[in-house]
Amino acid sequence: MSATDRKVLPATAGSTPSGPTPRSRAARRRKLISLAFLLPALLILGALVAYPILFSVGRSFFDASGDTFVGADNYTEMFQDPATMKAIRNSAIWVIVAPVLLTGLGLILAVLTEKIRWATAFKLLMFMPMAISFLAAGIIFRVAYEQDPDRGVLNAVTVGVHDAFSGDTAGYPTAHPQNPRTIPAQKDGSYRTAKTASPGDTVNLGLVGVPPKDVPKEAKPARQASSAPAAKGELRGVVYIDFTLGGGGKPGRVDPTERGLPQLAVEAVRDGKVVATATTGNDGAYRFEDLPPGDYALQLPKKDFAEAYQGISWLGPSLITPAIIGAYLWIWTGFSMVLIGAGLASLPRDALEAARMDGANEWQIFRKITVPLLSPVLGVVFVTTVINVMKVFDLVYIIAPGPVQQDASVLATRMWLVSFGGGNNQGLGSALGVLLLVLVVPAMALNIRRFRRSQS
Amino acid sequence: MTLHDTAGREPGAPVAAPATATPAKTPAAPRRSGRGPAAWLTKKLSNGLIQAFLLLMGLIWLTPAAGLFLSSLRSEEDNATSGWWKAFSSPGSLSFDNYSALLKDSGIVQAFWNTVSISVPATALVVVIAALAGYAFAWLEFPGRDWVFLVVVAMLVVPVQIGLLPVSKLFGSLGLFGTIPGVVLFHVAYGLPFAIFLLRNYFAEIPREMLEAARMDGGSEWRIFTRLVLPLGRPAIASLAIFQFLWVWNDMLVALIFADNESQPLTVALQTQMRQFGSNIGVLAPGAFLSLIVPLVVFFAFQKHFVQGVMAGSVK
Repeated sequence: MSATDRKVLPATAGSTPSGPTPRSRAARRRKLISLAFLLPALLILGALVAYPILFSVGRSFFDASGDTFVGADNYTEMFQDPATMKAIRNSAIWVIVAPVLLTGLGLILAVLTEKIRWATAFKLLMFMPMAISFLAAGIIFRVAYEQDPDRGVLNAVTVGVHDAFSGDTAGYPTAHPQNPRTIPAQKDGSYRTAKTASPGDTVNLGLVGVPPKDVPKEAKPARQASSAPAAKGELRGVVYIDFTLGGGGKPGRVDPTERGLPQLAVEAVRDGKVVATATTGNDGAYRFEDLPPGDYALQLPKKDFAEAYQGISWLGPSLITPAIIGAYLWIWTGFSMVLIGAGLASLPRDALEAARMDGANEWQIFRKITVPLLSPVLGVVFVTTVINVMKVFDLVYIIAPGPVQQDASVLATRMWLVSFGGGNNQGLGSALGVLLLVLVVPAMALNIRRFRRSQS
Repeated sequence: MTLHDTAGREPGAPVAAPATATPAKTPAAPRRSGRGPAAWLTKKLSNGLIQAFLLLMGLIWLTPAAGLFLSSLRSEEDNATSGWWKAFSSPGSLSFDNYSALLKDSGIVQAFWNTVSISVPATALVVVIAALAGYAFAWLEFPGRDWVFLVVVAMLVVPVQIGLLPVSKLFGSLGLFGTIPGVVLFHVAYGLPFAIFLLRNYFAEIPREMLEAARMDGGSEWRIFTRLVLPLGRPAIASLAIFQFLWVWNDMLVALIFADNESQPLTVALQTQMRQFGSNIGVLAPGAFLSLIVPLVVFFAFQKHFVQGVMAGSVK
């Protein structure tokens, strides 16, 4: 149905059988009716959309208080003020990274989803985040990105993976031997007994300087294990905290309540070389079995005293923008996937099947046929995301903690901060608003062109 | 466009077709495959890989939200000392205590009702005003119609940010600043371009003969609008209403500026709690779920319209 079709309307609709005067009266009446239908919309759009645009453009040429005309000063300041530059740079990162990732991920998932039977359930799950607010999504990710691996799930996974690959020993960074003369520190940061021992001996290593919060819950008193006799060919003992809470303990002796330190590495060193490694149990006990006879020094390696790996600082200043983009992807991937999936479903099946018949493999089909045919849909997803990303506000505002807010800032949050959140510089704020508007003008032109083409 | 229409197709069907076609040429090959057992095995394997990958993706997508939900069921001390995944080892410690405490918090409850009394009128007004305008743009004749409509299309992508400052001044002088009607009006204004665009395009698809017949019968434009166009436009109106409702319900930025303490919706009330984050996840986690329960219900109840609305609204 085209615009020219409808131009015929007045002739038929207004064909009242009479002369010119009633006819023009009827035309005026029609205009009035049209106006009545349009009036509410025009009033609101005029007052709250069109007027603000003109106002902002005008206001952006005045200073903070609005009294003095400053010309383009606000626009030049925008590119000199480091905080605003940071926001512009971050927005640029968003505009480049997010649409590419979103389109790519959506394409991959859409193609793969075609091959499974539970596609509907999968799409439903992926699309669900679209229904919830940026605020709720922001809270969800603020918690997930929490630095403390005991609370943030991402770091719990990261630390878990890290520890699985780097050996499962606990670190007690503040610990040191109770008696530095019997267990002196080595140059490389480890501690080694001064006297050597032989298989059949029991050697207890007393440490101090372990704050109660660092002692794992599963740590048990070490007394029993410390006095157990060593078997033939076995060198054993405990690593324990040589300190009795509340006093009464005697240094150098394993007192009844003194606990062992679990998960520590203990090394048997012979002639300066590590020949065996053991890990302490919950009562701090370690044992080397079947050691050849000889003299061994016992060593607590440096890693026993290393800071525990704390995971990745997702919400720190350097990773905050990628972290927030991650949350954005969580919300929007379903959209991209469903839109591309719909495009995929409307592809000409014959072309794909013909290619398969000719022996093309799935990858060739994907690259040579699917992607080119899908490019209009991919373009829509890409452009939509670009427009969306330019206005992103809530997610940044919610996920970035106060101190890193500035590192995460984008145009929209900067504009808010400058004009409302304390900055109170409405001149610069308006200029930022105008910049945002100018940035979406290409999308505006695209929309208009697309619309006009669909009408002709 | 729905979640179903692509999924309704047999997923394996187009892939299987050439495979069954080839055995005719090579009768010796196993029935299931055109290229021998090796090809069949590769296909099975890659299918397994795809399933595993998508399963993993689904899990990744589910985890953050499920985690927050579990957190909302745990006590303050539990959340402070350990992650929500520890809840699996002691499911008995979960309770709805946080929720009942939240519902006793009059500020939060007030904010919830504010959200309702902002979203409902903002949706109804947009639908009514846009339907009127959409009809005028589609079926009424007046000078400059196409140009005015192009201006509306141009307004589709105007960022709300540009309106914040001027409109807050305007509302200030009208006494609307900090009130629910002010927030509603702003939402209506920035929802209208898309709403008019959507409805005008949908109404324009109504067959001309139907309208002309109604006009010949002497029906007034108002009568045609209410008796013919509105009922026919119901699917588009439903999609629009759902999209607009969720848009307003989920908004934070507009309310952050135009609402005061009395009229602030749930999103704003919760972001205030963010300021002391960590100590009060007991409020934030259930609060987030309180705010998303309505959108989720809407999502599941009106899935088809929801997806259509979001897809159409993506131009915004």
